[in-house]
Amino acid sequence: MSRISTTLCLLLILGGAGLLAAGNATGAVPPYAVSLVGKYLCYAMLALAVDLVWGFAGILSLGHAAFFALGGYAMGMYLMRQIGTRGVYGNAVLPDFMVFLNWKELPWYWHGFDNPLFAILIALAVPGLLAFVFGWFAFRSRVSGVYLSIITQALTYALLLAFFRNDMGFGGNNGLTDFKDIFGFSLQSDGVRRGLLLASAGFLALQLVVARYVVTSRFGKVLIAVRDTESRTRFLGYRPERYKLFVFVLSAVMAGIGGALYVPQVGIINPSEFAPANSIEAVIWVAVGGRGTLVGAILGALLVNAGKTYFTGALPELWLFALGALFILVTLLLPKGILGLFARRAARPAPPVVEPAK
Amino acid sequence: MSTDTLLYLDNVTVSFDGFRALNALSLFLQAGEMRAVIGPNGAGKTTMMDVITGKTRPDEGKVVFGRDTDLTRLDEPAIAALGIGRKFQKPTVFEPHTVWDNLLLALAGDRRPRFTLWARQSSEERDRIEAILRTIRLADHIKRPAGDLSHGQKQWLEIGMLLAQEPQLLLVDEPVAGMTDAETEQTAELLREINKTRSVVVVEHDMHFVRALGVKVTVLHEGSVLSEGSIDHVSNDPRVIEVYLGR
Amino acid sequence: MPLLRRLFILALIAASLAQPAMAQDDPFAGLAGDSFDDIRHGIETLATSGAPQAAAVIAALQEGNLYAGPDAALFIKTDDGWLDARSGKPATEVAEDALNPVKMNNGVRRAAEAAMGSLELYSPDAATRRHAAEAVLKSRDPAALEGLTRALAKESDAGVRRIMEQARASALLATPATPEAERLAAVATLRARGDLDARAMLASLTAQPPAVAEAAATAVIAIDRMLQLWGLAQGVFYGLSLGSVLLLAAAGLAITFGVMGVINMAHGEMVMLGAYTTFVVQDVIKSHAPYLFEASLFIAVPLAFLVAGAVGIAVERCMLRFLYGRPLETLLATWGLSLAMQQTVRSIFGASNREVSTPQWMSGATQWGGITITYNRLVIIVFAAMVVAALMAALRYTALGLRMRAVTQNRRMAAAMGIRTPWVDALTFGLGSGVAGMAGVALSQIDNVSPNLGQGYIIDSFMVVVFGGVGNLWGTVVSALTLGTVNKFLEPLAGAVLGKITVLVLLILFIQRKPRGMFPIKGRAVES
Repeated sequence: MSRISTTLCLLLILGGAGLLAAGNATGAVPPYAVSLVGKYLCYAMLALAVDLVWGFAGILSLGHAAFFALGGYAMGMYLMRQIGTRGVYGNAVLPDFMVFLNWKELPWYWHGFDNPLFAILIALAVPGLLAFVFGWFAFRSRVSGVYLSIITQALTYALLLAFFRNDMGFGGNNGLTDFKDIFGFSLQSDGVRRGLLLASAGFLALQLVVARYVVTSRFGKVLIAVRDTESRTRFLGYRPERYKLFVFVLSAVMAGIGGALYVPQVGIINPSEFAPANSIEAVIWVAVGGRGTLVGAILGALLVNAGKTYFTGALPELWLFALGALFILVTLLLPKGILGLFARRAARPAPPVVEPAK
Repeated sequence: MSTDTLLYLDNVTVSFDGFRALNALSLFLQAGEMRAVIGPNGAGKTTMMDVITGKTRPDEGKVVFGRDTDLTRLDEPAIAALGIGRKFQKPTVFEPHTVWDNLLLALAGDRRPRFTLWARQSSEERDRIEAILRTIRLADHIKRPAGDLSHGQKQWLEIGMLLAQEPQLLLVDEPVAGMTDAETEQTAELLREINKTRSVVVVEHDMHFVRALGVKVTVLHEGSVLSEGSIDHVSNDPRVIEVYLGR
Repeated sequence: MPLLRRLFILALIAASLAQPAMAQDDPFAGLAGDSFDDIRHGIETLATSGAPQAAAVIAALQEGNLYAGPDAALFIKTDDGWLDARSGKPATEVAEDALNPVKMNNGVRRAAEAAMGSLELYSPDAATRRHAAEAVLKSRDPAALEGLTRALAKESDAGVRRIMEQARASALLATPATPEAERLAAVATLRARGDLDARAMLASLTAQPPAVAEAAATAVIAIDRMLQLWGLAQGVFYGLSLGSVLLLAAAGLAITFGVMGVINMAHGEMVMLGAYTTFVVQDVIKSHAPYLFEASLFIAVPLAFLVAGAVGIAVERCMLRFLYGRPLETLLATWGLSLAMQQTVRSIFGASNREVSTPQWMSGATQWGGITITYNRLVIIVFAAMVVAALMAALRYTALGLRMRAVTQNRRMAAAMGIRTPWVDALTFGLGSGVAGMAGVALSQIDNVSPNLGQGYIIDSFMVVVFGGVGNLWGTVVSALTLGTVNKFLEPLAGAVLGKITVLVLLILFIQRKPRGMFPIKGRAVES
């Protein structure tokens, strides 16, 4: 069942993106639709990352959008450097906001970002490193459940406050924007848009394959055991913190990739991406599609975001009501998400469980 | 200390908010021995298990395993790796996993993520699991999720997982709670079988079961040893009678 | 012209007290002079003469109401007619045509101001005298010495007297002729004052005998130490004030999360409901019963409790009870609820900030030693203390409190004893939400009342509860006050935002070290 749905999902992602790109090349699909779907696919990567930790390790991260945003900022820094002398102030080295702040030279942590490979490396490394440090402390001291959720939320909140500061050197309130080129090609060109869409689809497919390998391996079985009965795995000699740490870091890197592909397609990255609300929204995508199914996370991200695009266009004041209702109804009525509806039909009736008379 | 002492609790004290769950408890266990531990509720039986397995750190005292390993310095996975297995009072198995996978995860072997991430099931592992399945009489249920098993089957699966760990010492907490008489009988037999190769500590309420085991009994009361000896000896000890029948 | 009138009355009183005036040398004569120099000297002469009418006359001069006539006659023009400047009594025969207003230029004006400064030392109003003494203190003008000495002899208010003595001390130190013993006494007086002015004065002393210079140096050090202590006390006050805000925001959560274990992400929105209740109450009062305005908060507090409490009970009955035992799902559902509540409020009241006014009795500030205490902060501290005390009393002494504790300790047993656990759950949640609503009333006084009000507090509230140890109300109190104080002390070092980030990071690290908070509840029951 899940192997079939995974294969189907892979085909749909790659085929759908391919068709869309082809349609755009022939003029049947408008460019904005290409970027829009590309954006959804990036969100789907974030959802997949959340499902990997929440669905399989029981870590409800309310700060995963932070990893997404950090990946995005790394890519944004590269795109800023690509602007070169075409900025408002025409400074070849300093991005506009630094000139505006009267900075004289590039801060040390901006060095190297003119190299795309370096930027991509950082987009993977920084979320991974943050997840490693955070997870190393958290899992070792056995912080779990809602406590963990709350401190992940505090983490992204702290980053939100930090990135709002101008002297952090990431553009403060306005973030990074006005990008021109990527790898020397104009971001406005249809070809680049198509390329980014296909890249997003490709990376999403790759992440799905990797995630699926991880959760079906023996590692994944231990992980599920840790999720449900952590203390039992300890008495069997496993170290749950190591399993959680590995999957948390992997998940953060996946989210970072999503963020790095997201920024060139939407053309901006600013501190609001760190808002705790974003992270929780990602969790609800997973809940809608079906927690612990991977495919469901992708499905949920695409569905909810398509709904969001529709609502915010047609009935903007109703969107928060709709999102709020979605949170409540899904948790109350659809605890297994949309995929759970199908799974229930497929599953055979479980034998009655004999409860001990105690 | 004689060389064949497997486990030695030395003056172990644990208190929660002023309440002494264990009060200077001392206890010896010989290698290869099976020991039954009984005691009224709150006597400290489960806390004793927690201390041995590293779940609870004692305020005072030492727990020495084998020749000179102090267990109070180690955490649960390290103690498990030394060869101490634990069965919980409430059967605790990995419910979403099949019976087979439960045993696979319990099999002694490399526990590190870098191994399990790439591990493939070997034929040797398959043989070991099949052998255990025969011992615990669950060979017909290998594909069933453990959550679907009956209560008694879960108890056995958990004992099977203990065996798969290949421990030197098994700690078994109320293995027959909620079992039928026939199942209780079979469990006693199973434990005796296991005891041929390993040391066992059984915590139990069921006196019939303890009698059926026919081993040395330790009676705990208010966190320390009240009486020790054969079942007949302890059940005739006036202090034990007083604790059990009330004052 | 109340000031003028007051000075006038003072002058009359002073006249009755003063020694018989020595008239041969008329101190008023200069004012009737022709040149600006004459007038300026006249002011100075008059000011130091001790003449009872001096203040009234110079004030009249400043107002442009002093008129001079032939033979150095001086009159004050008032709304009710002419007064004789020398006696202050109504003048009957005034040849108005012969009078000219006394001329002023900048020099005269400055001289008049300086003279008034020392003359105010005789004002009947203690506050005015105090003000005047402070002015002399800061000016360190040796010329004021004489006036001060005279004023001191008459001063009856102990507080004003002290300041006058300090002013005199500063003047003495600045006077070259002062003997060393008096200088040392003056240094001691200023040291006792112990504020920044005194410190500046002592630090800037020049050309003093060695013993005095040494005494001044030690006094500066002592004052610095004193000031540091006061600064610390002020910091503690700010910290307590922020801590009380945190405590108010977290108190309700300590019930819903701490006691019941419900992760209510809509907790901040309950606070917001309380703030909007305050707005509605004030709005109704403004249009229907303006005389009640000063009492608006007293009306808003119980109403906010009821509104938020009722919403809380409804939420518990319609939503939360289906989610018990599933904390992460509860978290998501209540987050959804918070979004819906924000949007509802936005639809009704609009997205912009709503103005909630502060009643008169909560405005203003008072000086308490070296610390400034604003009344609204003080009221919030007191209010927070009252809310927590009431909450503790409710948990300990009421029937509902007993049932609540019973249900949290052993739900099944409580049910078996005949306690209706579902209702206890609903009421407990209602209580926690109601407390959040009351917090909203207080927060409406210091924060913007907007639909996003609650969001700003939710993370802080959870951190406070977790830091203090879940299920421990005292822990919540200590944790809120600690976090508030730490935050306030970090602010000057790191800036407001960085300070907050630092606190957050420290908290994250703390929770990772001690996941059960500062005051964990130990025991086996916690494990399950």
